[in-house]
Amino acid sequence: MVDITRPTHTKTSRSEAIAFVLMVGFFMVAPAFIYPVFLMKMLCFALFACAFNLLIGYVGLLSFGHALYFGWASYLTAHSAKVWGFPPELAILTGAATAALFGLVAGSLAIRRQGIYFAMITLALAQMMFFFALQAKFTGGEDGIQAVPRGWLFGFINLQDQTNMYITVLVIFLAGFLLIYRIINSPFGEVLKAIRENEARAISLGYKTERYKLVAFVLSATLAGVAGGTKAIVLQIASLTDVNWPMSGEVVLMALVGGLGTVFGPVVGAFVIIAMQNYLAQVGTWVTVIQGVVFVICVLLFRRGIVGELANLLRIKL
Amino acid sequence: MVEIFGIPSQALFGQLLLGLINGSFYALLSLGLAVIFGMLNIINFSHGAQYMMGAFVAYFLLQYFGLNYWVALLVAPIVVGCFGIAIERLFLQWLYKLDHLYGLLLTFGVALIVEGLFRNQFGSSGQPYQMPDQLVGGQNLGFMFLPNYRAWVIALSLGVCLTTWFIIERTKLGSYLRAATENPTLVRAFGINVPRMITLTYGFGVGLAGLAGVMAAPIYNVSPQMGAELIIVVFAVVVIGGMGSIMGAIVTGFGLGVVEGLTKVFFPEASNTVIFIIMAIVLLIRPAGLFGRRG
Amino acid sequence: MKRLVGLAALSAALMCGTAQAQQITVKIGVMSDMSSLYADIAGPGSTAAAKLAIADFTKANPNVKVDLLSADHQNKADVGSSVVNQWFDVEKVDLVIDVPNSGIALAVSEIARAKNKAFIVSGAAASDLTGPKCNANTVHWTYDTWMLANGTGKALVKTGGDSWFFLTADYAFGHALERDTGAAVEANGGKVLNKVRHPLNTNDFSSFLLQAQASKAKIIGLANAGGDTINSIKQGAEFGIIRGGQKFAGLLVFASDVNALGLNTAQGLTLTESWYWDLNDNNRAWTKRWQAERAAAGKFPTMVQAGVYAGVTHYLKAVVSLKSAADGKAVIAEMKKMPTDDPLFGKGTVRADGRKVHDAYLFEVKKPAESKYPGDFYHLRATIPAAEAFRALKDGNCPLAGS
Repeated sequence: MVDITRPTHTKTSRSEAIAFVLMVGFFMVAPAFIYPVFLMKMLCFALFACAFNLLIGYVGLLSFGHALYFGWASYLTAHSAKVWGFPPELAILTGAATAALFGLVAGSLAIRRQGIYFAMITLALAQMMFFFALQAKFTGGEDGIQAVPRGWLFGFINLQDQTNMYITVLVIFLAGFLLIYRIINSPFGEVLKAIRENEARAISLGYKTERYKLVAFVLSATLAGVAGGTKAIVLQIASLTDVNWPMSGEVVLMALVGGLGTVFGPVVGAFVIIAMQNYLAQVGTWVTVIQGVVFVICVLLFRRGIVGELANLLRIKL
Repeated sequence: MVEIFGIPSQALFGQLLLGLINGSFYALLSLGLAVIFGMLNIINFSHGAQYMMGAFVAYFLLQYFGLNYWVALLVAPIVVGCFGIAIERLFLQWLYKLDHLYGLLLTFGVALIVEGLFRNQFGSSGQPYQMPDQLVGGQNLGFMFLPNYRAWVIALSLGVCLTTWFIIERTKLGSYLRAATENPTLVRAFGINVPRMITLTYGFGVGLAGLAGVMAAPIYNVSPQMGAELIIVVFAVVVIGGMGSIMGAIVTGFGLGVVEGLTKVFFPEASNTVIFIIMAIVLLIRPAGLFGRRG
Repeated sequence: MKRLVGLAALSAALMCGTAQAQQITVKIGVMSDMSSLYADIAGPGSTAAAKLAIADFTKANPNVKVDLLSADHQNKADVGSSVVNQWFDVEKVDLVIDVPNSGIALAVSEIARAKNKAFIVSGAAASDLTGPKCNANTVHWTYDTWMLANGTGKALVKTGGDSWFFLTADYAFGHALERDTGAAVEANGGKVLNKVRHPLNTNDFSSFLLQAQASKAKIIGLANAGGDTINSIKQGAEFGIIRGGQKFAGLLVFASDVNALGLNTAQGLTLTESWYWDLNDNNRAWTKRWQAERAAAGKFPTMVQAGVYAGVTHYLKAVVSLKSAADGKAVIAEMKKMPTDDPLFGKGTVRADGRKVHDAYLFEVKKPAESKYPGDFYHLRATIPAAEAFRALKDGNCPLAGS
């Protein structure tokens, strides 16, 4: 998306380092005053939004079907943990591998078109897979997969314990976050940004842009899968909500609110949207309407998102 | 009795006809999307919500003003079209210079708002809407019972689609429209008010969605979520056809309706995914879509 | 004994920290779908019903103080389960009630068990809640899929509807309804001729309806819900299904769906419910109060909302009898021990597996000409006695039923 571009530095800027330390610090102390289950859920969505942002923010591809990877990964994680008796780390990996596979198939179809077509294709494919999830026996239809065991991480860490679970989720989130950061600041990431700015020029420079786009797509899908799988372990449930199209819309909203193409934006966006859902759940019936209003306001007035506006105000990189 | 793949041929004809009816809605909706896309270069995500509004306006007219279906057929598209014009003037016009994706996101937001508001106001289970007396009943065609209303839907939809095609491809007004999409600056230099043309085009495309909504009211459940999932299927239809041509949108709409209808006979479980599968195949073979002009 | 009572009072006083010795405080959370698919069946109407129940109860028992919370699970299992977790851990909620959406209800039931709180299901349909997935912290009040399937299947066969064609939503819920109803039909001497499975949220049912018509079955069983049921019936009227002598049997249809269809379209539809607002004077009087509370004169309460009222009432009785709501399992056990008696469902019992049993009713939707006032939807066709209305205790595979 053209107007969110800014000069790119390959070296970690000081502002980013400070923000990272602040973020980690926040998540270390947060369980003391914020409900931990809520925080863990929020971390899963933050990772999901970061994975989504990798595509939209750094390759310029708007996927409107990311629920496919998130949701199917959570199903496979839940199923492998509950029915096959996988330990949590292996279960999450199973989910992530599923998401990677779907990402490969859907990605290679979708990158054949650009722009809004890309968005529509990803949405349509996700909707198709939603119907498969609905009809498949193992997903339990409307009931979802319930009472997923949290199990023992690496065989000796009891995830039933809230603190252990929280630390595990935080580690997974930070690992994913840093991986994405590493990707966008690597030579590979530079090519992605070049594609975002001007694909024709990137092609003329000799880059096989299709391949770069596909790799980015699969990476994004896989990380979305890690997020979905982790969420299934944390909340001990995998359900249709996670594969349905409103979920795809929500992750777009998270990235948009936080700031497309900013490193920290999706984390902030996820926090805001999940908090809104959670808070509004207890006060009223206006969730969808408010989400829509937020969409409209962001597109019209705050295209940079919260973090983007902040970075712009302070003239720093975030 | 002749059988084709184990299904009596008479039943098959019946199903083909039913598919065509279903296709009427796809055609009208994808036509609206194509018209809007041609002029504004945005994908109107709120198309489904506007289709729903069409049905609800028909319901209001009957419930509160006692105005029947025939009046609704005329008034509802205008009301919904005016709503579209307001959206365009208030929001969309500020986005034309940006990436097209912002238009998609904005209209998605509008769809959420509209559907949410209707749900808060009217609940989710839907509203009753009676069929007009003139169209109750049906004809026995020998191979099937064809309700009059369905025949009317096909006829009206075909008529509207072909008229639209004629206006855009064969009249002077249409040539202005097409020229304005190619080169707005030049057309403006000829003294034509391009922004107004854009606004009216959006209004017209949205009005088509509203019309489809009125046509749906007597046979489909009039509920706030009636358009939400339909629009995703129509997106797939549009990807298959390619939005380059008006005729392409119409033909693909009807064609896919028929394909979906046949799936309901041979393999009912897959009837909601068949269009997506066709989309995937078309992308593999002809990425630009069946009627697409660009790569 | 006297000392014991004194002790209990003392501890109650300590717990509440209030001056009044006998004061009991209870916190109830209505978790429902406030804004989406099931908002009309349960939703804000359930909250209104809970408010009425609390008002009635505290008037008779001024020493009980009840706080009411409500939340919108938005039909998302993760929103539902995290709000309920938070309710139990942070807000100290004692009872969660309603939860339309089987997936979320199963999740909440599990959380209630793990945290030893109480849960009364009114909105969800899954009979697994008192079957293999039952637990000692959950009561299932209003209805379940087995009741619907059995009630409609059996009663229709007995009145001559002995050949069936199923229109089934193609996912677990639809399959279960089809299976249970089919079993009831065949057990009573009927025959299932054929079935067709349609995808969820289908718009156009004409192909399926033609197949149903061609089957010549007397009854077309709709093993689907919500918009799918409404669309099938609406288009069935168009294709002359009813005029052709066939009948629709709705397996999960609520009064709010009938309202959405309009009597002209829905006439002749047969369905099972466990409560109907126009059944007797008690119900009618309560409906008036509910409409006032809800500020919606044109709406009519559903059986789910009535179930919330009755469930809260019985729960509070059990709490008063124990003088504490702290131990969820104990309260539920007390609810099973005490016979139920409330103005809406009358006398009844809660079984060992958590199943509340009461009569169920087979209704037929009236013709528009027969409907004399708004909300006059049904003819009562049969009453299914409580003993037959629900799945037998031994057939549910609930571990609690064994002893």
